[in-house]
Parts: sequence; structure tokens; C-alpha cells
Amino acid sequence: MPEPIIQVGDLHKWYSGVHALKGVSLDIYANEALGLIGDNGAGKSTLINILSGTQRQDDGWIRLEGQPVDFSNPRDAMERGIETIYQYNSMVPTMTIARNVFIGREPLKFSLFGIGVMDHKKMRDDSVSAIADVDLHLRSPDAIVGELSGGQRQGVAIARAMHFKSKVMILDEPTNHLSVKETKKVIGFVRGLKDQGVTGIFISHNMHQVFECCDRVVAMARGEIVMDKRIEETSIEEVSEIL
Amino acid sequence: MKRFLKIYLEKPELAGLAFLVVLTLVFQVRSDGVFLNAQNLQGILGLLPEMGLVAIGVTLLMICGEFDLSVGSVFALTPMLMAILMEGGTPFILAFPAGLAAAAAVGFANGFLTIRFSIPSFITTLGMLFVVRSITVVVSGGFPPFLPADALPKWLFTVYVGPAGLFRLSVFWFLAVAILVSLLLTRTNFGNWVRATGGYLPAAQSMGIPTARVKTACFMICSVLAGFAGTIQVIRLGAPLPSLGEGLELQAVAAAVIGGTALTGGIGTIFGGIIGAALIRVIDNGLVLSQVDANWFKMAIGFLTIFAVVANSWLRKKAKSIKVET
Repeated sequence: MPEPIIQVGDLHKWYSGVHALKGVSLDIYANEALGLIGDNGAGKSTLINILSGTQRQDDGWIRLEGQPVDFSNPRDAMERGIETIYQYNSMVPTMTIARNVFIGREPLKFSLFGIGVMDHKKMRDDSVSAIADVDLHLRSPDAIVGELSGGQRQGVAIARAMHFKSKVMILDEPTNHLSVKETKKVIGFVRGLKDQGVTGIFISHNMHQVFECCDRVVAMARGEIVMDKRIEETSIEEVSEIL
Repeated sequence: MKRFLKIYLEKPELAGLAFLVVLTLVFQVRSDGVFLNAQNLQGILGLLPEMGLVAIGVTLLMICGEFDLSVGSVFALTPMLMAILMEGGTPFILAFPAGLAAAAAVGFANGFLTIRFSIPSFITTLGMLFVVRSITVVVSGGFPPFLPADALPKWLFTVYVGPAGLFRLSVFWFLAVAILVSLLLTRTNFGNWVRATGGYLPAAQSMGIPTARVKTACFMICSVLAGFAGTIQVIRLGAPLPSLGEGLELQAVAAAVIGGTALTGGIGTIFGGIIGAALIRVIDNGLVLSQVDANWFKMAIGFLTIFAVVANSWLRKKAKSIKVET
């Protein structure tokens, strides 16, 4: 086994008296697709929020490519190559695709103290190519995201993550509210991450989806990891029983 | 119809502009040609900047997803502080920025309280409306400070210029600010953050945008513009009154909404807010010239506001259903 790309050790998190993470330790290896499953309140989202910089652990450590990291906001995680795609996706429905792709990372023609004039042409051109790279076909980068279907929105979110060359892509229940056909596309995409050299963490309620696209399955319950196996060493029945 | 809807969806402020043109024609006919004569235009354009500047700030803040009811009070406080300082011997060049700094402080307080305690800005700024008005009356001591006629730089803000003295200088200040804020919103990354913050806060946050700072900045810009507008009015009138700008906050919100800005944030343009402000001024003036009882003015603004929002939401729904077919 190669060096893990992400290591977390002894993570704890409390929410006003509730012990949401009880000392979680996990190694995630480069280029693997990891399925993270568990019931509501099992601690999946808390773990993911800590990895993506949305929340901070109360105790424990994280290492990225062997180096200790401490994310105080999502920007820190994004700069280190961890992109997250959320269930209620991270797109602003009232804005165009081009503007959405570059939220918070706008290419600037010039700037003063971090505020500057956006390079609209680059934003449009780059978002067109980013979207084409994930095999999505959209009319124009100027279309309003609110006009897209749920699947297309997830597609744009994925295109955005790929465009910024993420090393680790966290997909938090990306198939919720999607049609069967669109779900298939997202699953196919997760399966293809490996070929692009991206590590995937796929969170889902749906075990069939996890078994379809992941190399390894980690199950959580009551704030702890209760199972961690290669896909070929386990079965849907076994996982269901444990949960 | 489809084409019309598409244009409307992309530029909702154009509907306001069309309405402005229609109203202008109606008033022109009803007033026997007085409405568009030089003297009357001079009057309209002289008053527009004062309300327009407030509307620009309120529109920006509403696009960012927040609300400011304290602009009318800030409109009075800023020039009042300036005038008191000047009465005490401070030159205009120092008293003017001091007044604007006070306005910025009020905006900062609005933003800080709203975000720190996560309460609706409607409440924060409603409270601030009373607080700031009260401060204005107290510091003035009930008697507005006396300023000699030549103390205020009328030559810089309110003198008439241009052909037939058609414009007050304030029109150009107004246009400059309008263009600047408009560019800020459409061309800069800050503008992108404002739209994202107002459009869908969780997404903006998950993309690492400093939403608290973005909102606070918008609160401060809104307050400073209101203060600037009040200062221009006082320079025009020659004396600050503690009651200036009462009711202005609601007219500014009406202007933004009439111009297509959504109360929910994320949608709207500075140009729309200006169109809204112009509509309100034109209705005010046109009703008088058409010899309609001036008390109908608020009625007209009220109906227009409701109509604009109803029309907006109806057209948006309509446009959505058409898209499903195609």
C-alpha cells in the first residue's frame, strides 16, 4: 500500500453535549474511491465538514500527504486541493454558470487589496472547457444556474472541482434529488475519478450506489467507524446488517 | 411573447424604463407640454440625485440579501454633524469626511449587530432608524446650527451648469457614483461575492467567500451614500434640519423593488434602482403638473410598488413554465 493521501487521527466533535465524533481514525489512499455510509446522525457529515474546512474538530489531527493541516475555513481546504460537492449543491441559482464556476476564485485583470476587475472572457472560456471536460453539454456559460436540472447543476459543480485540479473530491450525497439517468452519470463519474488521479470520498445512503463505484466501504454509526473493508471482501447484506 | 419574456428575465429593469417613458409621455400631454420644459426638468433633475444616491445604496444592499431602514435617519445625521462641526470652526474639508465617517460607523454597527447576533437586518435597522434620528435631534439641540451663506461649497455640488443651466452639479456626482457602484457590482470579484452572498448564502459560504465582511461592506456603502445624499440636500437648502429624510427609507426600498430588485436577494441591478427612483420623482412632479391633488402621490407609489412585485413574480413564473415546454 502506498502512503495515505489523507490521514485523520482520533477526531472528536461535540455539539452542545452530543458527542458526534468519538475518536475517528481513518487512512484514505491516493486514487481510491472511498464510500462512506451510515444512517442520519452517524457522524458522516461531521467528518466531511471537518475535512472540507466547514467545521473544526474539537480534538484530533489531520494530515494531508503526510503534512499536518488545520483548516479554519473552506478556502484553506480548497487551496490544499480538497473540493467538496454538497447535497444541496454549492451553486448560486441566480447567477450564471461562468460566475458560479469561479465564485471566490475569480481570475482578475488587476487588483488592489484582493478586490479587482474580473476577466469575464477567461471566465466564460474556461467554464466552457471545464464543462466539456466532464462530458456535459450546455448551451452557454451565460445560462442562469437556476434554469439547469439538478443533474446538470451537479455536473457544473463537478466540472468546477476538476477545473481547480482537486486532489481529493468529497461528494456529499450528490445523487439526492436526481433522476435515475442523472444518478447513473454521477456514479460513472465517481468511478472515473481514479483515471484522472483524483481521490474520491463518496457519501451516500444508497448502498447499491456505493458498491457500484467505490473500491472501499467505510460504515459509521453513533460517531464511530464500525466497518472498513474492501468492496470485494464484503457484501451489501453484510453492511446492512452492521448498520 | 417568449422573446419578450426572455428579455424581461435578463433585464427586469427594462420594464421599469418602458413605464418611465410611457409616464413621461402621459404627463407631457396632461400638463400641456410643461412637464418636459427646461424649467421643470431642472427641478426634477435637481432633486433626483438626492433620492437616487440613497436608492443606489439600498439596491446594492438588497442584492446582498440585507435591508436598511435607517438610511432616512443617516440622511439627516450626516449633514447635521457636519454643520455642527462647521459652526464650531472646522473647515468643510474636514467636517464633510467626518460626517461621512459617522455614516460609515452607523453602517458598520448595522452590519455587525445583524451578523453577530444573526437577527434580521429589518429589526437592526428599524432600531437604528429611531436611534440615529434621536441622536440627530439631540445633537442639534432642537435648533439647527446656523451657517453663513458662503460656508457651504455650493459651487462643488449644487450650482446649475450646462445648457440653460439644466443640471445641478449634483447630477454628475450622482452619475459618477451610479457608474462606480454599477461597475463594482458587475465587473469586480467583490460584485460576484455580493451576488453570491445574497443569492444563496450557504453556497457562498461553502466556496469560502467572507460573507460577513461582504455584508458589512454593503451596509457601510449604503449608509455612506445616504449620508452623502443628505449632505447634498443640505448644501442645496443651506441649512440642516433634524427632520430631513423622514420616510425616505421606504421610498428607497420602493425604488429598488420597482426597478426589479428581489427582496430575497441576489437579483437586481443598480440601474434598476435608479429607474425606480426616477419613476418616483416623475410621478411626484407629474401629478402636481397634471393638477392632481398632491396627496394622491403616496397612493400612486404604493400601487406601483405592489404592482411591480406582483408583475415580477407573475412574469418569472410564466417564464419558467414556458421553459419547461421548450
